[in-house]
Amino acid sequence: MRNPLSERIVEIKPSGIRKFFDIVSEMKDAISLGVGEPDFDTPWHIRDEGIYSLEKGRTFYTSNAGLKELKIEISNYLERRFHLSYDYDKEVMVTVGGSEAIDIALRAMIDPGDEVIVPQPSYVSYEPCAILANAVPVIINLKAENEFRLTARELEDAITEKTKVVVLPFPNNPTGAIMERKDLEAIAEVIIRHDLFVLSDEIYAELTYKDRHVSIAEIPGMWERTVLINGFSKAYAMTGWRLGYACAPAAIIAQMLKIHQFAIMCAPTTSQYAAVEALKNGDGDVAMMREQYNQRRRYLVNAFREMGLPCFEPYGAFYIFPCIKEFGMTSDEFATRFLEEEKVAVVPGTAFGDCGEGFLRISYAYSLENLKVAIGRLADFVGKLRAEQK
Amino acid sequence: MREELLRVIEKNSRIDLKELAVILGVEEIDVVNEMAAMEEEGIICGYHTLIDWEKTSIEKVSALIEVRVTPQRGQGFDKIAERIYKYPEVHAVYLISGGYDLLITLEGKSLKEVSSFVSDKLAPLDSVLSTATHFILKKYKDHGTILARKYEDNREKVSP
Repeated sequence: MRNPLSERIVEIKPSGIRKFFDIVSEMKDAISLGVGEPDFDTPWHIRDEGIYSLEKGRTFYTSNAGLKELKIEISNYLERRFHLSYDYDKEVMVTVGGSEAIDIALRAMIDPGDEVIVPQPSYVSYEPCAILANAVPVIINLKAENEFRLTARELEDAITEKTKVVVLPFPNNPTGAIMERKDLEAIAEVIIRHDLFVLSDEIYAELTYKDRHVSIAEIPGMWERTVLINGFSKAYAMTGWRLGYACAPAAIIAQMLKIHQFAIMCAPTTSQYAAVEALKNGDGDVAMMREQYNQRRRYLVNAFREMGLPCFEPYGAFYIFPCIKEFGMTSDEFATRFLEEEKVAVVPGTAFGDCGEGFLRISYAYSLENLKVAIGRLADFVGKLRAEQK
Repeated sequence: MREELLRVIEKNSRIDLKELAVILGVEEIDVVNEMAAMEEEGIICGYHTLIDWEKTSIEKVSALIEVRVTPQRGQGFDKIAERIYKYPEVHAVYLISGGYDLLITLEGKSLKEVSSFVSDKLAPLDSVLSTATHFILKKYKDHGTILARKYEDNREKVSP
């Protein structure tokens, strides 16, 4: 029999998180700092709208780009929060999570051989999606000394004649890094000079703990070069609803919509009705969750300082990215031993790119009570390792 | 800081002061001073414990009582409210808009104790026109806390 598989797919490495997932799910009593989703339930009024839409029998497809009502709310929201202006009719589309938007945005913009710049550590899907879109991913290894922000210099050095798209994953999973306006202005200059486009994954836009998040599309000259991706998962604790959106100039959205209509048809209808409620009446929920994440963040920054584990202060998402190089182990070894000996799951930094070596991703999408228990065990483990080293 | 501090201790008044300072991103001495100031100003009125008495062997009966009263000249409802709230078995007294005037929550050892409070003490008061007593059969949620349910983490333990 012939090999049924595509070589290109087979060559793609499975996500590094998978291995840990498999070990942890075997361990019944393990606790975790390893999740990438909020611990809050979706606010009840949002769930209630979803239920209500089902009761009313709204169980049909929506139009490919999404419910008009939802697209209008998305457009209003971006104007209200980020002073971004998108025509709901031509420049907004609703997707199955931010993940779908990443995939189809790359496919809509890439010709075979084009290069896509992917700063890492970052979310697991940019590199494989670029490969699936026939692009050549070019990795930038972000540096701890820059607080894992992307600098104009690093970007400039990665650009070739074939570069077409730059992925901008901020606020960042796994590092918690953000890009402030001055950082964005610096890279925008490079992007415009080299005539590039940006895929800006702003799924954590609502979760910043300094000033409000700034979108690169706000920087003059960048709106027309940016595909902005956002969604409901992180801001409204709606991961399981699978709902995101993309905003971009009409020409790009039109082509993304073509892929979406053939591959997906439309995002889940129930989720779309719930999301309308989220955008209309959810600002208070977002503020409440942000405040609690921020309290946990401060708790962790302090805890790592007391433990003596080097770690920059993260201002975005719900992750902290401590350095464990002092122990002379790989991230993978550290995470495996920590899980076996203390029964706490964390994700090794390498799951998000080779340059995550020497770091761990700690999620604070857990109650303070849970964090205290887990961090207590981490402190014990670190103490044990230091004693071994003597 | 004041508002956020209040939101934290409203949910957890037993939180360690040092930890409170850490999560609010301020110095411990500032937390101590701010709390003392708010106690002084009467903003913080107490540090109570939310108890689900149902789960103990101690018998308790709670009731809500709607009261219609005649307000007194020059003193409105305050005087009559005061006469009522001075009884220790009275948990809360609210002035209410709508079909009646005062809402009282009451806790007693037995049905009999509650009803004798109403018939012997409350109803005979001069300005009380009528009362309607509602016994609480089950508390689902109290002080913003769902009593019936324990939090369960249903998430996958590791996800990207």
